[in-house]
Amino acid sequence: MPAVPQTVDQVRRIDVDQYKYGFVTDIESDKAPKGLSEDIVRFISAKKNEPEWMLAWRLDAYRRWLTMREPRWARVSHSPIDYQNIYYYAAPKKKDGPKSLEEIDPEILKTYEKLGIPLREVAVLERVTPPEGESEQEGNGYGRVAVDAVFDSVSVATTFKQELAKAGVLFMPISEALQTHPEMVKKYIGTVVPISDNFYATLNSAVFSDGSFVYVPRGVRCPMELSTYFRINERDTGQFERTLIIADKGSYVSYLEGCTAPMRDENQLHAAVVELIALEDAEIKYSTIQNWYPGDATGRGGVYNFVTKRGDCRGKNSKISWTQLETGSAITWKYPSCILRGDNARGEFYSIAISNGHQQVDSGTKMLHLGKNTTSRIISKGIAAGRSNNTYRGLVMAHPRAKGARNFTNCDSLLIGDKCGAHTVPYIEAKNSSAVFEHEATTSKISEDTLFYCRQRGLSAEDAVALVVNGFVKDVLQQLPMEFAVEAQKLISISLEGSVG
Amino acid sequence: MNAEVRPIKTAAETALATSFAAVKRALPGPATVGVLREDAFRRFETEGLPHRRVEEWKYTDLRALMREAKPLAGVPDAAAKARAKAALATLAAVDARSIVFVDGALVPELSDLDGLEAGLTIRSMAQALAAGDGDLLAHLGRLVPTDDVAVALNTAFMGDGALIHVAPGVALAQPIHLVFVNAGSEAASVFARSLVVIEDGARAMLLESHVGCSDASDHQVNAVLELKVGDAAHVDHIKITGEGAGALHVSSLMAAIGAHARFNEFLFTTGGGVVRNQVFVCFGGEGTVAGIRGATLLQGHQHADTTLVAEHAAAECTSREVFKSVLDEHGRSVFQGKIIVRPHAQKTDAKMATHALLLSETAEADNKPELEIFADDVQCGHGATSGALEQELLFYLKARGIPAKEAEALLIQAFVGEAVEGIEHAGLRDALIDRVVAWLKARE
Repeated sequence: MPAVPQTVDQVRRIDVDQYKYGFVTDIESDKAPKGLSEDIVRFISAKKNEPEWMLAWRLDAYRRWLTMREPRWARVSHSPIDYQNIYYYAAPKKKDGPKSLEEIDPEILKTYEKLGIPLREVAVLERVTPPEGESEQEGNGYGRVAVDAVFDSVSVATTFKQELAKAGVLFMPISEALQTHPEMVKKYIGTVVPISDNFYATLNSAVFSDGSFVYVPRGVRCPMELSTYFRINERDTGQFERTLIIADKGSYVSYLEGCTAPMRDENQLHAAVVELIALEDAEIKYSTIQNWYPGDATGRGGVYNFVTKRGDCRGKNSKISWTQLETGSAITWKYPSCILRGDNARGEFYSIAISNGHQQVDSGTKMLHLGKNTTSRIISKGIAAGRSNNTYRGLVMAHPRAKGARNFTNCDSLLIGDKCGAHTVPYIEAKNSSAVFEHEATTSKISEDTLFYCRQRGLSAEDAVALVVNGFVKDVLQQLPMEFAVEAQKLISISLEGSVG
Repeated sequence: MNAEVRPIKTAAETALATSFAAVKRALPGPATVGVLREDAFRRFETEGLPHRRVEEWKYTDLRALMREAKPLAGVPDAAAKARAKAALATLAAVDARSIVFVDGALVPELSDLDGLEAGLTIRSMAQALAAGDGDLLAHLGRLVPTDDVAVALNTAFMGDGALIHVAPGVALAQPIHLVFVNAGSEAASVFARSLVVIEDGARAMLLESHVGCSDASDHQVNAVLELKVGDAAHVDHIKITGEGAGALHVSSLMAAIGAHARFNEFLFTTGGGVVRNQVFVCFGGEGTVAGIRGATLLQGHQHADTTLVAEHAAAECTSREVFKSVLDEHGRSVFQGKIIVRPHAQKTDAKMATHALLLSETAEADNKPELEIFADDVQCGHGATSGALEQELLFYLKARGIPAKEAEALLIQAFVGEAVEGIEHAGLRDALIDRVVAWLKARE
């Protein structure tokens, strides 16, 4: 069954030419010369005043990167990227003086205001109410989000630092963590995504400029949502941020990530690395709303989003959950993964990917079951419109040792128009007999019976469809933290009726 | 994962190159065929043996699995023919017209080539190649073009095989059974190539068996069957792979299906050390209904890979794919199935299911069911599961006094049965179920 008009209309509203965040902030910036060499790597390291071992680590990565080739297995195509024609470091020029919110360039503050990201510590966001049964008590943090704002290559502001410090939570730019907690960074960085993991991750290891660092101590439930907002502003720059989140035994943290970029004719490269580490009984919830500039209606410009995200459920009973809403980028190449190392660990992946115009999405997840009785769940909804291609690519693997591993995967996709493509490429590898894997990619047509039932109870046909569809997409949307869910629901209240495979 | 692949040839690749240079002039066919062979071999030389970095061969690393290339099989001697004759008696007891190939060469005295029904012609591929048959050359390698390296290797070395033609509207009463027997006393390689053309409105059933019966079990077989199914034709093709324990068997079916046709494919695999069954099907006409199914039963260190590409290039076709594998000991099954729906193939209805049953802790099942969809008004889906026998079901049977082993066998038989039941020919269906039962008995 083809897509219903309501769906077509909804997707149209977020088509590439409707991109709202394409403005450029006029601000002077400090840039390293274009191109990549050992000198640039040294320059970035020196700029950040990094310890010697960090520089050595970067140089090691750079040398390895020189011997590597771009991966070609993904279902994306692009003209060759000239890695020498990119600025690897760009930072807004700032005057000397103490670093406080008041000191931030008003232009940058205005930018974030325009993007709807509050950098001033606003106590309560509008529209958001705590879930039933939980009142807005002091300390439970509903309605407040601590934000780390990354502008091109540097973090410009981090909010609610003091309050987080009270709980013992470290939330700061990774460049700052390298100054204040180098031993901790050294202990964990590169342990989930090794230096030579893949072409883009290795490039990132060599030139990463900033990103967030989070440490939640033993038994602490992080008092508020943590959030990083990434913004590419400068022309011809690449953004290479690195995020490292460690949840110590028995702790919990929810982390949100958002990203936008100005409209430019050339393609910009974004090669980030995110490493999550969950120790015993810890839980990390990582949510992304990815809305990089997707290019114009003819396929010109847009961000190449080549990202390596991986979580390591290192301890027993740990849990990592990825939720993503992907609407931006010219090309998305991204597979947030979970290494389920500890016994009883749990991995989750919830994704809605919507592609329009000439966008190419090749995204999915990897669930690597290594520990006993590890479980994972994958729910993925892909919607392709225009001339875009939308691929789900996922791996579920049970190691011979992973007795009792369980996975459930469900991926649906929907095509709007006959010039786009929707693809499903699951890899399911069971290496022991007690692993139970179930995978389905099903048509998600609304059943006549369900509709009849609703209509019999007095709902109009339209309301009945909306009701069923909301229930359908809810799988993913309900995984988003409240602050994001409101935004996401506005962004897509999309019907998946008539979706294919 | 991104390290450069060094262009060093493996021993097998070098041996194949030497072998090709030595035999290419002696292989059957006029200059035009010689050019085909040269082109195909150049393709192989640039790509080399497929390895795990080649996406389509990810789980069957031929570069690692094929340590050496066996010499080309010679003309079968009397002893080999005798062994083959003995082996024939043990084959599925289905009344069929047998065409027997021993070590890749057609053996007329073992085949039923007399009294062909009107509209049916059967010839030796080697002879037709040598004669430069125009009809053959018009079809060879063109029905479903592929750049697969195993097919290229077959084209370079192709020897004998069957060339079958069924005239329009002819319904064959008796199935045709192509039997490929490896009976040589020395391990050898065989490149069999067959072409079957079933014209519009015709009805035919084609069996294909691969058996090994010599002392040397590590034969290497590369078989290609090209099949054309005309408009409104009805064709069943059942392939039974029962090679010797050490055999390396790679087979490719390229099937082009016309409009309003019925096509049923079944792959039954129990034999062979390393087996790779490739099926490339293209639905080129509207309104065709197809069933593509298979069952694989593995034990020891057997490795069997089924790779299926079903391309819906025309509107309103229906296809059902069901694959089952049962894995004991260190058995490893691979299923890669891809359904492609081209932009104009609206109203396609395609469903694919693959299920693996792991009977031992050391078995492995790799599934990769893919969808590639470019049309917006279609129904496509796939499902994949893998796991052990359900304890509740076993308990239920045991509670009713059925011994554990027997209960297990019953459940396994039922599991495989779902795929086997898709075979329309009752006699053959029963014969295959018997084979499943025999496999289960041997397990005890």
